[in-house]
Formats: sequence, structure tokens, C-alpha cells
Amino acid sequence: MAIVRVRGLSKTYRVADKQPGIGGTLRHFLRRRTRDVAAVRDVSFAIQPGEVVGFLGPNGAGKTTTLKMLTGLIHPSGGELEVAGHRPWRRQRQFLETITLVMGQKQQLIWDLPPLDSLRVNAAVYGIPDGVARRRIDDLAEMLELGEELTRPVRKLSLGQRMKAELLAALLHEPRVLFLDEPTLGLDVNAQARVRQFLADYNRRTGATVLLTSHYMADITALCPRVLLIHEGRLFYDGTLAGLSEQLAPWRQVRLELAHPLPPEAFAGYGEIESLDGSDVRLLIPREQLTTSVTRLLANHEVLDLEVSDPPIEELIGRLFRQGSLELAAP
Amino acid sequence: MRAGLRVARTLWSTQYAYMLEYRAEIALWALSGVLPFIMLGVWSAAGTAAEASGFSQPELARYFLCAFVARQFSVVWVVWQFEEDAIQGRLSPYLLQPLHPLWRYVASHQAEQATRLPFVLLIAAVFFLLQPQAFAFPGLGRVVLGVLAVGLAFAINFLLQSLIAALCFWTERASALERLLYIPYLFLSGLVAPLETFPEEVRAWALRTPFPLLVAFPARLLSGAPFQAGAAHQLSIAGGFGAMALWIALLLPLLLIVWRAGLRRYSAMGA
Repeated sequence: MAIVRVRGLSKTYRVADKQPGIGGTLRHFLRRRTRDVAAVRDVSFAIQPGEVVGFLGPNGAGKTTTLKMLTGLIHPSGGELEVAGHRPWRRQRQFLETITLVMGQKQQLIWDLPPLDSLRVNAAVYGIPDGVARRRIDDLAEMLELGEELTRPVRKLSLGQRMKAELLAALLHEPRVLFLDEPTLGLDVNAQARVRQFLADYNRRTGATVLLTSHYMADITALCPRVLLIHEGRLFYDGTLAGLSEQLAPWRQVRLELAHPLPPEAFAGYGEIESLDGSDVRLLIPREQLTTSVTRLLANHEVLDLEVSDPPIEELIGRLFRQGSLELAAP
Repeated sequence: MRAGLRVARTLWSTQYAYMLEYRAEIALWALSGVLPFIMLGVWSAAGTAAEASGFSQPELARYFLCAFVARQFSVVWVVWQFEEDAIQGRLSPYLLQPLHPLWRYVASHQAEQATRLPFVLLIAAVFFLLQPQAFAFPGLGRVVLGVLAVGLAFAINFLLQSLIAALCFWTERASALERLLYIPYLFLSGLVAPLETFPEEVRAWALRTPFPLLVAFPARLLSGAPFQAGAAHQLSIAGGFGAMALWIALLLPLLLIVWRAGLRRYSAMGA
């Protein structure tokens, strides 16, 4: 039985509609105009216990709004919503003890005190006995590789250490459902990898359900066998990551640094030119032609440096929606 | 009950540790609340204090010191803290925990008061060194009642400001509304002058508001000034506590209703 059930979920915000400049300000002051913005429209999906699901979409697509509704922070405008058998917006104690929300750039830790103080507060608020709380802190700290950082004021911690301490605080009550909004945002590559590893271990150990949004494709590929793709408030894809990758990135980005600048014609037949700036060239090459094209590039041109990467997920999704090649997935 | 006590103890001790980090700033805040002493100077210089208020000079000095103390331990800033938390997105994590967010603010205020205590005692000691004739112990009973009244004044002030803070769910800058309350608070609370110095009609009107309960009533209790039973437009001790209980009984359910309605409108901005 699904632990998260969403059917026809919608959220509409009423926002002020004001023209720029003094005239616009005066008109807005005299006659306030508003308009309705549909942030989420008729979204339906279900998540089974223990699943790790990636929630993808460009900025403003409706990911965070959906997470806020799933956690009960905001009321939906329409549709049905159930998380662990509860209506989230009622915010019953039992529900709040079942879930957690981690927001990458927001913090619940008290800035001027060591994380252990915030953890003590969380233990008391969730009614976790002292001994149990201590054991959980030790376990989670070990998994997160946190030690003396827990006794240092939060303001003295690096962003990565702070994020790990935030995760510890968010998981102290052993929630069954984790909502993670950009948990690796702003972290360096090593810290990102450690957080990813921790989340994978935590899911394996506890069987917790995870719904994760991230702009980093590496987070999604490492953690989420299933993804939901949302755009302009509508759910466009619900399926495996492999299926999405094939649709999203049938090509890879190749960056070349040449010894001498070359005209665009020199790259005809390798793939699409994404940018050409003097001796710095970026090409988009179909995956199946990657090896052949790179071999030819190296043989035919004087290449100083070469880098192959997946384009950022934002760019992939944007390109995809511009092409309009993705069909609305069946719920 | 035990769980509630544990939460209270933990919240309070954590907030106290937090406030100690800001002890220098809190000392400055305590010093900045010397308006009653300035008013004492004004009234004394005018030389009409005794006639105008029925207070002797030492009684007047004691009243303003106690007004200072009452103000120090009933000052509330929840509307600014709440507004900032709502705008910066810090409110959302609080709302996701099984504890009403207002309890955190209560603990934060009380911890700040505890941090403020030594500075207030120091200021009071300096005051009595400079004005030894003003010193008089009002009696243990009056001290206990005075402390209770200061606590209730804090509760009323907190509820009143939380009610305005809850308007943040509708308007992002609710603190501007709080400013509207400041002027009546300043003049009707007894901070700038004892209520007895006001014209009778103004005093009668003031007593229909909660403001005199916030400073004048606890200050009068602490200073040991007499309460004239049955006097027109003057609170008795029982009447003062009764009025405090009534205001709390009115404001608390109102706050909870507005809070619940506000949560329906909450858009978790900044989060």
C-alpha cells in the first residue's frame, strides 16, 4: 500500500500584479490588482514504502510547492493528498513524528550554539528518551562522519559539515518519510558524495521512503531508480531513471580547448556546436557517436584539453521542453 | 506533563545558553530602557510631583524604579522575531515539529529576561546608591504579588504582540502594525507618568485598556504604594489581577483562532 498518495493535486497562489515604475506603484496603491498563479496542476502519483524517488523540474516548476503540501506546510487548493495515512495539512502530532523535510539552504540548527544543543531540543520535542537520543546521535554521527563538529558552534562549521548536522537533526526522530529539497545545494563535490552515500545507507538501513529534489543529476542517478518530472506545475514523466535519461540526454557535452581557434565549419559532422569562443569549443555529440567523434577530433585537430560531461539537468530539461518531445506520462 | 516539563527545561536552558552569547547586547538593551529614570528627573525638576500625583518624592522615585523593572521583565519583541523567521523561511522547520512555535518564542523571551536580571539588579543598586532615601522594602507579600503581576504583564504583552505577529500570515510586515500600539502603550501604561497624574476621564479610559496592567499595576505593587480600596478610577489589587486574568482569557483564544486561520493562508515564503 502506498505511503504517499497524491491525486489531482493543485495549488494556486494569488499574487500582486504590479507594473514597474512610479506610475505602476501609484496605480497599484490606488487599485490593487492580483492574479492567480497555478503552481501545481492536477498532479497525481503514488510512492511505495522504502522507495527513493527523484523529483525533477526546472526552477519554478512546482517541486517545492508540492513538497510543502506533502509536509503539511501549505494547504492544497484542490485534489487529494495522503502521507502515511494522514492528511498533511492537519499537522497531527503522529504525522509530524512520521516525516521530515530538509531544505538545502534553510536551517533549523541554532546558529550560535553547537549542533548538540539543537539535537537536545529536538529529542525533547519528539519525546525521545535521553539514552535513545544519545544512541541515535552516535549512530547517525558515525554514518555522517561527524565528531567534534557537534560541539562546535554552528556558525563555525563549513557548509558541508552544517548540512550533515542538519541531516542529523532532521533524522533524529527516525522519520519514515523523508522529503529532501536540494540537500546537496552549494556543497563541494566531496561533501555531495558523502551526503549521497549517507542517504543511500540510511534508506537501506531503515527502509525509509525518500522524495528528493535536486539540480544535480549525480544525486538523482546515485539515489533514485524512479523519477517524477514536473514542469509548469504538471507532471510530465513518472518512470525509471533510465527511461528518462534516454529521453533527456541522448547526447553528451564535449568541451575542447584547442591550440588554435578554428571556424565553425571545422566541426561539421561531429555533432551540434553549443558554443564557440576562440579556442574554447563546446559540442553536443550523440551518445552512440561519442567514441568515434572524440577519436576523430583528437586525430584531426590540435587539442590541448578535452572534457566529456552530462549537461546540467536544468539545461537538459529546458531543451527537452523547448523541443516539446516529451509526452505527458500516465499516472 | 513530564514530557512537557522536559521540553520546557530543555528549551529554556538552550535559549539561556544562546542568550548568554549576546550578554553584552542584552546589557545595552537593559540600559536603553531608562526612560522611567528620565521621567523621574523631569517630574522631580518640575517640583510638582508630590502635588500632582499624591506621591512623596521618595515614593515617586521608587515608582519609576519599579516601572523600569516591570518594563524590563515584560518587554516583548516576538512580532519582529516572528516576522523575520517567516520572511527568512525559518518558521517552516518550526511548524514541522510537534511543538507550537510560540513556545520557542516564550522560552527565548524568558531566557533573555534571565540574562537581563543581573544588569537590572546592578542598575537598581546604583539607583539606590544615588537615591538612598528611595529605598524601602515593600514587604514579602507585595514582592510576591509584584513578581506575579510582572509575569502576567509579560503574558498579556506576549499574547497581544503574538496576535499582531500572526497577521504576518496575511501581511508580511506586521511589525508596522505593532507601532500603532506603541504610543498608547507609552502613555497609558504608566511608563512616563503614574496614572494618578492623568485627568480623571483619561484615567478611566486608560483602565479599560490592558496598558496600565503592563507597567503601572506591577510597579505600584513592587513599590509598596498604597491601593485605595473603592477609589474611583483606580485599580485594587484584586481588581488588577482580575483584569489581567480577563485579558489573558480574551487574548489567548483569539490568538489561537487567528493563528489557525493564518496557517491556512501560509505560503511558506522564503522556504
